[in-house]
Amino acid sequence: AAAPQPSLCLAECPGTGSAQAGSAAACQGCPNQGLCAAGAAGPDPGEAAELRARLRAVRHTVLVLSGKGGVGKSTFSAALAHGLAADEHKQVALLDIDICGPSIPKMMGLEGEQVHQSGSGWSPVYVEENLGVMSVGFLLSSPDDAVIWRGPKKNGLIKQFLRDVDWGEIDYLIVDTPPGTSDEHLSIVQYLSVTRIDGAVIVTTPQEISLQDVRKEINFCHKVKLPIIGVVENMSGFVCPKCKKESQIFPPTTGGAEKMCQNLNVSLLGKVPLDPQIGRSCDRGQSFLSEAPESPATLSYRNIIQRIQEYCEQHHSQEEKMI
Amino acid sequence: PERSTNLLGVRHILLVLSGKGGVGKSTVSTELALALRHRGHRVGILDVDLCGPSIPRMLRVQDRAVHQCDSGWVPVFVGQDRAIALMSIGFLLERPDDAVVWRGPKKNALIKQFVTDVAWGDLDFLIVDTPPGTSDEHISTVEALRPYRLLGAILVTTPQ
Repeated sequence: AAAPQPSLCLAECPGTGSAQAGSAAACQGCPNQGLCAAGAAGPDPGEAAELRARLRAVRHTVLVLSGKGGVGKSTFSAALAHGLAADEHKQVALLDIDICGPSIPKMMGLEGEQVHQSGSGWSPVYVEENLGVMSVGFLLSSPDDAVIWRGPKKNGLIKQFLRDVDWGEIDYLIVDTPPGTSDEHLSIVQYLSVTRIDGAVIVTTPQEISLQDVRKEINFCHKVKLPIIGVVENMSGFVCPKCKKESQIFPPTTGGAEKMCQNLNVSLLGKVPLDPQIGRSCDRGQSFLSEAPESPATLSYRNIIQRIQEYCEQHHSQEEKMI
Repeated sequence: PERSTNLLGVRHILLVLSGKGGVGKSTVSTELALALRHRGHRVGILDVDLCGPSIPRMLRVQDRAVHQCDSGWVPVFVGQDRAIALMSIGFLLERPDDAVVWRGPKKNALIKQFVTDVAWGDLDFLIVDTPPGTSDEHISTVEALRPYRLLGAILVTTPQ
């Protein structure tokens, strides 16, 4: 018998999000061909109409991405949500689509909360009157339950989160994602194509092992035409509270996010130093910005949040002018 | 699944798992491989993190390529003594910054190939480094490895 020859259609793949997905010559025999060709790539017209109706009252949508795990996406998403919701006239929603490792319920102090259904859909869990949260974490009977799902089932839940949750009128929808460039990321971009995504905030840490994955994420954004608001560098230095000396716990051996942003022509929104209070606040479900208002990390976060707000408002008013 | 001849020379298979990202799975996999090599064992690393393959750079072989042979793929051998064999999607990318934007079925197909089509030869230990989560890669890896002698899993975490 002939020896099995490994095959790979990496180079010729037209891209799972492209118009030729599933129908290009290189797609023949690819395990994904069925999915791509059936347009599981995006919502069908009926679904699209449902999603559009549900998301019509969302003014701004920001995706928080990485590529690398453990760099602080959820931590940043939580801080961004709290920061934006500090203005009580703004309605903020935080959607956690990390199905396998949902961190947001614990970080927001909402562990053990359940999702209730009403006539108008699933109710988000509210941290503040103007800050609502949704996560698979709220659907588990025990926090240690593993969600061992393949892609299609995860995609189904993400669609439900967008279609069935009664978000109401929102100024900012923040979407926290798992690490990688896979089902969850493709699905959220495709489902949200019925509305407008302001852009993505990409989180990294200074070391090359992280940047290596983040460059891939930046390429993913380009591939799916997702604007990049900018990059946040977490764990960027540590200042000892006793002697005030600064150390690089994760040395930027290849120039850190700063160099990467220069090379790839994306904005560096800011650098956030390591502060043990951040981890502690996350574990306790408290808002770090409120618990440690004097921390240099809080100052960094606030500056970054402001820049994100300005980006969103500016682009919104540009669009309104065009209309 | 059938047993492939390519894994018959492997004495022990270890999975390195977490659930959480960024806790040091790839770092532990690499250091474990180096420590076992130091003790005189022949070691292989199978990196099934398709979206964020870290092992090639950690072993300084990110610029190497994978070749085909009669029984499948030849792993990349690390070091003068070639005592660590490595397979990762990192070696198959045209450019290191290329994003692997695949849905589950394609990832599953490649993982099956990685398990059955890499000519590992004789190894004392095969360490399987995984991405964070409990999803396609993990299900497929465990399913593909079912016919073989799995020593067990090492779980990596950080304190928080």
